[in-house]
Amino acid sequence: MKALRNFLDKQKPQFEKGGKLEKLHSMFDSFETLLFVPDKVTFAGSHIRDAIDMKRTMITVFVSLIPALLFGMWNVGYQHFLSLGQSPDFWTMFFYGFFKLLPIIIVTYGVGLGLEIVFAQIRNHEVNEGFFVSGLLIPMIVPADIPLWQVAIAVAFAVVFGKEVFGGTGMNIVNPALVARAFLFFAYPGNISGDKVWISDKADAFSGATPLGNALVGNFDNMPSVYDMFMGFIPGSVGETSTLMILIGAMILLITGIANWRVMVSVFVGGSVMGLLFNLWGANDYMNLPFYYHLIMGGFAFGAVFMATDPVTAAQTSKGMYYYGFLVGMIAVLIRVFNPAYPEGMMLAILLMNVFAPLIDHYVVESNIKKRLKRLKAVSN
Amino acid sequence: MQEVFNIFIKSIFIDNMVFAYFLGMCSYLAVSKTVNTSVGLGAAVVFVLGITVPVDYLLNEYILKEGALVWLDPSFADADLSFLSFILFIAIIASMVQLVEMIVEKFSPALYSSLGIFLPLIAVNCAILGGSLFMQEREYQSLAEATSFGLGSGVGWFLAIVGIAAIREKIRYSNVPPALRGLGITFIITGLMGIAFMSFLGIKL
Repeated sequence: MKALRNFLDKQKPQFEKGGKLEKLHSMFDSFETLLFVPDKVTFAGSHIRDAIDMKRTMITVFVSLIPALLFGMWNVGYQHFLSLGQSPDFWTMFFYGFFKLLPIIIVTYGVGLGLEIVFAQIRNHEVNEGFFVSGLLIPMIVPADIPLWQVAIAVAFAVVFGKEVFGGTGMNIVNPALVARAFLFFAYPGNISGDKVWISDKADAFSGATPLGNALVGNFDNMPSVYDMFMGFIPGSVGETSTLMILIGAMILLITGIANWRVMVSVFVGGSVMGLLFNLWGANDYMNLPFYYHLIMGGFAFGAVFMATDPVTAAQTSKGMYYYGFLVGMIAVLIRVFNPAYPEGMMLAILLMNVFAPLIDHYVVESNIKKRLKRLKAVSN
Repeated sequence: MQEVFNIFIKSIFIDNMVFAYFLGMCSYLAVSKTVNTSVGLGAAVVFVLGITVPVDYLLNEYILKEGALVWLDPSFADADLSFLSFILFIAIIASMVQLVEMIVEKFSPALYSSLGIFLPLIAVNCAILGGSLFMQEREYQSLAEATSFGLGSGVGWFLAIVGIAAIREKIRYSNVPPALRGLGITFIITGLMGIAFMSFLGIKL
């Protein structure tokens, strides 16, 4: 550790103003802050002293994603060998998935961080830790066989148009990871939807439909059991299948206080309420599906825990969070059942509510102002 | 009744005037700086669309359409006046906008001054004329359907402008690249909102 510190200190002057490598100072800064806690402190104006900074926040989210990621790697291998009719040992399956995912993760970070560094250099701001989480989220919400060049284009689009044009980390209005996925979904639908893509290198004869895909076409006899869906032994995007692992991540986020429980809980409540309403309506088989199926199928849990709770794009006011989360859950289930074009509604539901979150906040703040003015009047009279 | 309700929902979310057809962009971009003024303009558009579409429907049904004039005399059975639709629709719209302008000026002078030139310009807002022309093209069957289409389109436009106004208020202090400040970033936001609204694309009602 000390040797590394000394090495960095020795290199530092080269990257400072007037140094030989001044042009690369953003890159040096970002690696230095990744390795060590930066020693910069605020010295003017009002500020809050707290042990938590952006780096620690992002690392906590990163850690909470690990269970779902590791399970996803294993599940990629498991589904692959299941479709071939083989059952090799645990590590074979895990490493199959691991080597499928590693290139996607490398490409995502390479392209994303590269663009972030370019922007930081040109626009004179620091490279923020924000992309560490987005860069891990993106590989977890795509199928394992997605072509790498498509990942690269989607990440570039998401980083530039989803985030950097708004001024970088913390300024974006929609979740960059979801922008990347929506871009893939609309630009290259053949590689991210349908029955063929969810199991990596599957045998042709094997049906690769996800539970959502089956439900959409009315094939309810082939639904996996609730246990399988909860544990995640189903085809799907890499990180989204196992509700159990996602809930472990959710516990980490909630105990450390990184994610807001209001959003998370109200998303699940919204989804359940909509599911129950459909049960009452019961116009077709999809509506009669028990409501808890919606919470464990597809990306609902993943979106609720890791995407909807994004503190930048979610509603900022406490009361607004309830409305925001509730609507995300409701619209997600609504799109699944009503829209024959898309099997999954979570991605678009979160994007839609990201767009309307500032409006919700605006009206919550307005109503607070009105309430207080009324109280003031009552007191002064 | 079911059909009327479906048309209402459909014209708000699925065939949204702004995100599905990119109509009415000029005032959408120009007046969306604050939520309060955009609520005012949005309400004016809802009102104008809610009145002009049914009025234009009656006009179309009883005067303009081929054979619409038979109620006057059976010999008009093959008279087709639909080449007049643009000019008549615009006349109706312009007079309705005059009405709105007078109402707003009388009851909310603050809103009147903050909307400025964009209030009379509703008359040339393409979403309004678009509403009437879509009504003609899609051949709605009854006055109720046309009314619900007009109101729904208005509400969809209202949602769009209020949504983007809230976002623009939020990013007012963001460090947007200088070249993109103002309209540039608004276009990008509109595109992202369009992606989000694609969630309803394909729903069949």
